[in-house]
Amino acid sequence: MAVDAEHTQSSEAGLWHRDSRSRHFRERAVKIVLAACAYASVLTTFGIVFVLIFETMAFFREVSIVEFFTSTRWAASFANPSFGIIVLAAGTLLTTAIAIAVALPVGLLAAIFLSEYASPRLRRWLKPALEILAGVPTIVYGYFALTFVTPLLRATIFPEMAIFNALSAGLVMGVMIIPTIASVSEDAIYAVPRSLREGAYALGATKRETATRVVVPAALSGIVAATILGISRAIGETMIVAVAAGNLAQLTANPLQPVQTMTAFIVQVASGDTATGTTVYNTIFAVGSTLFVMTLILNIISYMFVRRFREAY
Amino acid sequence: MGSRRKETREVREVRSLSEVSGERSGIGGDQGGQASTVPEASTLGMKIEGLSAYYGSFKAVTDVSMEIRPNKVTALIGPSGCGKSTFIRCLNRMHEVIPNARTEGEVLLGDQDIYAKGTDPVTIRRRIGMVFQKPNPFSKSIYENVAWGARINGYKGDMDELVERSLKRAALWDEVKDKLKKSGFDLSGGQQQRLVIARTLAVEPEVILMDEPASALDPVSTQKIEDTMQDLKERYTVVIVTHNMQQAARISDYTGFFYIENMGDPGRLWEFDETTKIFSSPSRKETEDYVTGRFG
Ligand SMILES: Nc1ncnc2c1ncn2[C@@H]1O[C@H](COP(=O)(O)OP(=O)(O)OP(=O)(O)O)[C@@H](O)[C@H]1O
Ligand SMILES: [Mg+2]
Repeated sequence: MAVDAEHTQSSEAGLWHRDSRSRHFRERAVKIVLAACAYASVLTTFGIVFVLIFETMAFFREVSIVEFFTSTRWAASFANPSFGIIVLAAGTLLTTAIAIAVALPVGLLAAIFLSEYASPRLRRWLKPALEILAGVPTIVYGYFALTFVTPLLRATIFPEMAIFNALSAGLVMGVMIIPTIASVSEDAIYAVPRSLREGAYALGATKRETATRVVVPAALSGIVAATILGISRAIGETMIVAVAAGNLAQLTANPLQPVQTMTAFIVQVASGDTATGTTVYNTIFAVGSTLFVMTLILNIISYMFVRRFREAY
Repeated sequence: MGSRRKETREVREVRSLSEVSGERSGIGGDQGGQASTVPEASTLGMKIEGLSAYYGSFKAVTDVSMEIRPNKVTALIGPSGCGKSTFIRCLNRMHEVIPNARTEGEVLLGDQDIYAKGTDPVTIRRRIGMVFQKPNPFSKSIYENVAWGARINGYKGDMDELVERSLKRAALWDEVKDKLKKSGFDLSGGQQQRLVIARTLAVEPEVILMDEPASALDPVSTQKIEDTMQDLKERYTVVIVTHNMQQAARISDYTGFFYIENMGDPGRLWEFDETTKIFSSPSRKETEDYVTGRFG
C-alpha cells in the first residue's frame, strides 16, 4: 500500500495503474483453490476414518469386544471362529521388533557416518543412493526374503527354520527401513550447529566423543522421530510379511515359526473370495481400526516427544 | 612436561583451598600488581613465530609473531575480516577443524611447539581452552555441561567440587546453584556464556582464548564477564578478541592490532604493545586512527 501511495505521488503517476478490483478477485480465487485442496485431503481422511468406524461397529455387533481383545486364538474363517486380535498383534510386534533391532543400530550408525565422518563428496552421492533404496517396491523385498534370506539362513544357522517365518520377514523389513531411519536421523544430526561440535573440540574431545556424546544427544528428538517413523512403517508394512512370514495365525514368540500380522490378514481376506457383509469380511475393518489406532498413538508420541525435546541448541 | 603439569595442578589446588576458606582477592584490582601473588612458573605463556593461516588457497593471516605473557590479558583488536578469529583459532589448533584450512609457522606453549609433528591436537585443546562468540552450551544439564569436559579428560577427583569451583570462578554459581539439573539452554545468553567459561575452566587449561565473548550480550552480562576475566588472569593466561575499544582498554595488559592495508591482502599484526601504549601513544598511524574510532 505504502509503495503504491509513493508512486501515485511521483511525477510518473500515469504509468502506474493496477486494477485493484481484479487483483482482489485473483487473490481470493487462489486462496479458495488452495483451501479446497487442503480441506479435500482432510475430508478424505475423515471419510476413511468414518468408514472404518462404521464397519468396525458392524463387526462388534456380531463379535464381543471382550473376546476380540482377550482371546488368544485367531481363526476368522473357520467353522468355529475365534477372534483374538492379540495373535495378529503379536505377529506384527514380532516382525516389527526384529526389523527395528536391525534398522535402528545400522541406520543410526550410517547416519553418524554420513554426517560426521564422510567427506562432503561421499555424502553428496551416498545419501541419495540410500534414499533410492527406500523406493524399491516392497514386493521385491518380500521375494528377496522368501527366495534368498530364508534359504540362506536354513542352509547356515537355522536348519530347523520354517520356509515361511517371522525372522526372514523381519530382517528384510529392517533392511527396508534402514534408509528411512538413516536419512531422517542424518538430517537431524547434520543440523546440529557446527558451534556445538567446536565447543566439544575446544575442551579436548576427540571426534568420536564429540559425535557420540555431544552431537547425537543434541539430535535426539530427531532420532526418536526417525525411529518412530520406522516403527510405523514396519507396522504398516504388508507385502514382505504377506509373502515371507507365512500367514499362519498362531501366537508364538519363536521367530523361526510362521506368523500372521494384522496387515497380512487384511490382504489375505481382501484378496480372497470372502463375500461382503459377512463377519469375516467385517473383521478386516476391526483389524484395520486397531492398526490405525496403533499408528496414531505412535505418531502422537512422536509429535509430543519432538515438541518436548525440540533442539534448542 | 608431565611433572610441570602436575606441579601446576598442585599449586592450583592449594589456591582453590584458600579460596574456599574465604580469602578471595577483590574483583578488578590493579593490573599487573597481581602477578606477584601468583608464582610466575605456574602458568605458561605462548610465543608465536611467523604464523600464517590459510583457507584452502586463500591466505587469511600472514606472518604474525608475538608473545603472549603468562597471567596477563592480551587483547586482539582490528577491523572486521582482518583475521582475528582466524588467528586466535590457530592458537589451540581449532583452525584445522575447518576442511582444507591449514597453518604455517610456529606456536609455542611454554617451550613446546603445538604444531610439532606427532603432537595430538586433542591434548593441546584441553590445555588451551576456547570460548566462542556465540554461547554454545551442550544439550545437557548445567551440571553436565561443566562436568563433561573434565569427565572425558579422565578427571578422577570430586566432580561436585570441581563443578562448584568452576561455576564460582565464572561468577555463575549463585545464579544456578539451585537448578544444576536444569538444561543449559534455560539460562539467559549472558549466563550461557559464563556457563561456557565455567565449562572451559573445569578442564583446568593453562591458556584461555576468547573470541568476542561478550559481543552478543547486554551491558550487565558484559560487566560480569569482564569482572570474571580479571579473576581469571590470576590463574590463567587470557587472550581475547574484542570489537569494543573501551573493553580492550579496561581489561587487557597487552593489545595487538590486526590490520589489512590493501583490499585482498591477508591480515597482519600491525602493532603489538602494552595496552596503555596502544591507546595513548601508538607508533603507527593506522592504529591511532582505529583506537580513536576514526575508522573500522
Ligand atoms: N571458514 C572460512 N572459510 C573461508 N574463508 C574464511 C572462513 N572464515 C573466515 N574466512 C575469511 O578469512 C578472513 C578473516 O576472517 P576472520 O573471521 O578471521 O576475521 P575477523 O577479524 O575475526 O573478523 P570479525 O571481526 O568480523 O569477526 C576473511 O576474509 C574471511 O572471509
Ligand atoms: Mg571474528
